[in-house]
Amino acid sequence: MLGPLNTVVEINDLRVVFPSRELRGEAKLAVDGLNLQVRAGEVFGFLGPNGAGKTTTMNVLLGFVNASSGSASIFGVDVRQPIARQRIGYLPELTYYYKFLNTEELLRFYSRIFRIPPAEREKRIDAVLKLVELESARKRLIKTYSKGMQQRVGLAQALINNPDLLILDEPTSGLDPLGRMKVREIIQRLKEQGKTVFFSSHELGEVETVCDRVAILHQGKLRVEGRVDDLIQQYQCNLEHIFLKVVGGQPQF
Amino acid sequence: MNNVMALSGVVIIEMYRRKDFYVLFVMTALITLILGSMRFFDDDMIVRYLKEVCLLLIWISSLVIAISTTARQIPAERESRTIFPLLAKPVSRAQLIAGKFFGCWLACGLALIVFYLFFGVITASREHAWPMASYFQAISMHWIALGIVIALVLFGSVVFTAPSSNATICFIIVIGLMFVGGHLNKMALVPGMSGKIIYAIYYMIPHLEWYDLRDRIIHDWGRVPWGAWAGAILYGILYSGFLLGAAWAVFRRKTLTV
Repeated sequence: MLGPLNTVVEINDLRVVFPSRELRGEAKLAVDGLNLQVRAGEVFGFLGPNGAGKTTTMNVLLGFVNASSGSASIFGVDVRQPIARQRIGYLPELTYYYKFLNTEELLRFYSRIFRIPPAEREKRIDAVLKLVELESARKRLIKTYSKGMQQRVGLAQALINNPDLLILDEPTSGLDPLGRMKVREIIQRLKEQGKTVFFSSHELGEVETVCDRVAILHQGKLRVEGRVDDLIQQYQCNLEHIFLKVVGGQPQF
Repeated sequence: MNNVMALSGVVIIEMYRRKDFYVLFVMTALITLILGSMRFFDDDMIVRYLKEVCLLLIWISSLVIAISTTARQIPAERESRTIFPLLAKPVSRAQLIAGKFFGCWLACGLALIVFYLFFGVITASREHAWPMASYFQAISMHWIALGIVIALVLFGSVVFTAPSSNATICFIIVIGLMFVGGHLNKMALVPGMSGKIIYAIYYMIPHLEWYDLRDRIIHDWGRVPWGAWAGAILYGILYSGFLLGAAWAVFRRKTLTV
């Protein structure tokens, strides 16, 4: 039984409302009363159709968006405090980095922000560049990279502080099969190292392979949450069919 | 402070990898050197015109560098989405504002040193004099004025989303402040309510014209009293701080959607 100390991400009754930009337009309810816990060492899949509120929830966790009500914490620290982000790595869905920097300079900049001591900094940079296989291109400006290489820069920056929690927003979107396999391998390796991974994805087969637990969000509300094995047993079908049942689509057999 | 300095470093790298500064410096140097190579009417005092043109070009160039560099900082970070991986790290929005400010201000300071060194060499080659105190006051006041301008543009950049509209609006405001700001108290002599309103505006706006010591250098009027210099520096620091505080107040609750 996991105690509260093992909770890495805790979301309580989270509600996010975006006010309308038009004078008499309706406010948009993006997340409605979400309660969620992610425990230490698990790979947690955060699923839902487009517009379900997944990215908004991640944005709250990362401090980009303020909650209208409710609370969220990471490692027991309120997400509104910048220190809550000290032990996390984040990979956005679309990766964009300073085009006028090369990868080495970018990683050095981010490692300075994490206050990694200079001696250790260079070792960390070498290690993450080796992991994402960008050692030979480390001095090249990021603007000259291909999309796959830029995604790997994204992974490198997310891992530079050796994070205990990784938040990945559709990490394999737009990658070729080889790139996807590489990302899956990295997630597996992180899991073996006891890291917690919280990620959203539309690749349900991939989620089924790597995740311990999943949550399915629809129209801002949490519809299903549980261990992947338990859900498959309960619904007597694979994750894709569970997803389609939950969001109201027709499963295709 | 560590985060602020790290952010400043990136702004400085960005400035020296872009072409703006080099183009403006070469343009200033070329115009000054061409003017310096000519002799008009056999007038020995022509060096004053040379100084005037060179200082005017330095002021224009420094304002272009300050406004164009600062205006794109936060809007471009949002547009290119580089702000998301950055703010996903332990960086507060106040540190982001401060880092951008110091980066732009230090970059402008480096550019000013290069420009004034060039001016000093050109002037010394003609006048064989180097009034150090006057030059020090001119550079420091110029730098402080750029600090106010950068803080103003940063405030604009959290209000306006497009870097181009922010730059245009800030250019107009800064030019207006420099040309009209110092005359508002005379315009306020009109009787009635409008006079009071103009007076109120006169006290509220930043007085950038105080920081323009070009005439003192051109006509060799010597340095300003150190007390007045220190007062202007303090005023500039306080005004920049106020504008940065306002920028932070607007930015701290701003929703940033991926």
